[in-house]
Amino acid sequence: MSIAQIKAKIISNQRLNGNYGHLEFESGLIAKHAVAGQFVNIRVADALEPLLRRPMSIHGVKASKVKIIYEILGKGTQILLTRKPGEFLDIIGPLGNGFNYPRLAKSTQATNILIAGGMGVAPLIFLAEKLKLSKPLVLIGARTKKQILCLQEFKALGCTLKLATDDGSVGFKGRVTDLLRIVLEQTKPLGLFSCGPHPMLKTVAQIAHENKIPAQLSLEEHMACGIGACLGCEVLTKTGYKSVCKDGPVFSSEELIW
Amino acid sequence: MVKQKKPNLSVKIGNLDLKNPIMVASGTFGYAEEFEDLIDLRKLGAIVTKTITLKGRQGNLPPRTCETPAGMLNSIGLENPGIDKFIREKLPFLKKLGIPVIVSIAAEETPDEFVILVKRLDQIPEISAIELNISCPNLQKDKLISQDAKATFELVSAVRKFTEKCLITKLSPNVTSITQIALAAQSAGADALALINTLGGMSIDVNKRTPKLGAWVGGLSGPAIRPVAVKMVWEAYNKIKIPIIGMGGIMDTESALEFFIAGATAVSVGTANFVDPQASLEIIAGLQQYMMDNNMQNLSSLTGRLKACKD
Repeated sequence: MSIAQIKAKIISNQRLNGNYGHLEFESGLIAKHAVAGQFVNIRVADALEPLLRRPMSIHGVKASKVKIIYEILGKGTQILLTRKPGEFLDIIGPLGNGFNYPRLAKSTQATNILIAGGMGVAPLIFLAEKLKLSKPLVLIGARTKKQILCLQEFKALGCTLKLATDDGSVGFKGRVTDLLRIVLEQTKPLGLFSCGPHPMLKTVAQIAHENKIPAQLSLEEHMACGIGACLGCEVLTKTGYKSVCKDGPVFSSEELIW
Repeated sequence: MVKQKKPNLSVKIGNLDLKNPIMVASGTFGYAEEFEDLIDLRKLGAIVTKTITLKGRQGNLPPRTCETPAGMLNSIGLENPGIDKFIREKLPFLKKLGIPVIVSIAAEETPDEFVILVKRLDQIPEISAIELNISCPNLQKDKLISQDAKATFELVSAVRKFTEKCLITKLSPNVTSITQIALAAQSAGADALALINTLGGMSIDVNKRTPKLGAWVGGLSGPAIRPVAVKMVWEAYNKIKIPIIGMGGIMDTESALEFFIAGATAVSVGTANFVDPQASLEIIAGLQQYMMDNNMQNLSSLTGRLKACKD
């Protein structure tokens, strides 16, 4: 599938749970070709500030609509939140290599565990939808209950959910990776799929290695071009540096050097 | 009304003929294949490749980019597959495009590497020109070749003997006198100058109290550096005879025009390729429109035609 630069009409754009935003835009092309784990690169405004595009995981697609969620962290996402339905956004996508799941998607029996840290839920909802026949187990970790996103969406897909918060305000008190260790004492899944902060992914990779379970990890990096031209978002792998934007963002955990 | 003739956008740089003066800058366009889905590459005046070294390079420690006010810092560190792999894996795509291919080269250790690279590239007919990147700020050197007039003269003289191809020398803005370096490159036989490479820069994460780049420092590009670049093109234009390829924060037609008026014969679009891959093609169309609106038939009516404020 080739990539495209489009002017996409915003369908909705709302604040979610305080510091997050949820945006839907119209693009039959991206909706048709997107693979869970891929991203789009958005120019939040036709201005010199901020200069660069903002890469955002594809959160889901429905007919010709594409959804993203974003954390309002800095100037770029603050501007994105002000964009109104009916306006057009300059978007390049779908970009990168997503999760590898075609075989798993057809299975009703496969046990897979999805592990999300904070905003890491964004691509994992899309993946959960693709894997819904086998109702994956989803572990979500966040600092507090308030930062746990997309609970209802995972439930609606029939996923079993387990939560972990740093302050114990909901679910297991502690890290989501500690919760993963406990879960793995009882189940031996076919695969782990994870997205979240770098230290969390490093621990997931360790756990996957110890338990001999393949893990696919979606990395996040600052990007300039988003298409593998500038070599600015490199990550060290066993075969040298690779671009998170083009070779990833999803990598096999065994491929990465931490 | 008399139907206006379409202006002629072609320019000559050394023995290199360009159908239009809009190129894409080294390091911002990969090896062109990355942009294949997004723009019609055949419309570009020329493509300058990412810089190639003799052996492959891994590049610098990440993070390698960070955004700054109206610009960005990079410290990629010339990650590239090396000349052999470039010729084998990247050049075939570029050859197919049928537009001038300018290969940017750099040395890692000694200037001799430039000579070896030039000899290799000289034998490939589809390569139209060679750009000497003697100004990359990301190689952890105390001094760049282009920060010394004598070293610049010696390097350009050394490679000049081995090729008839158009030889472009890319200079650093991190110097006391750009004209001194420009004159040195000219007298050593450079066919053209590329002005400017990135400005040295640094950005700090105040919460972590760490540099934002893994290599601590990097090169600043984007609209933030444009006034610096325009001034250097103007200064060099007033002192040298060879053509100047202007670059530094060109985002749109207006910013490209500034460079032509300051004295550039051609321009390169760099950081803008990340922001809007269409930028270079929009500038080609915008330049043509500007020339029609101002009754200009050739680019020679535009290059260096700066007037004093009071005129």
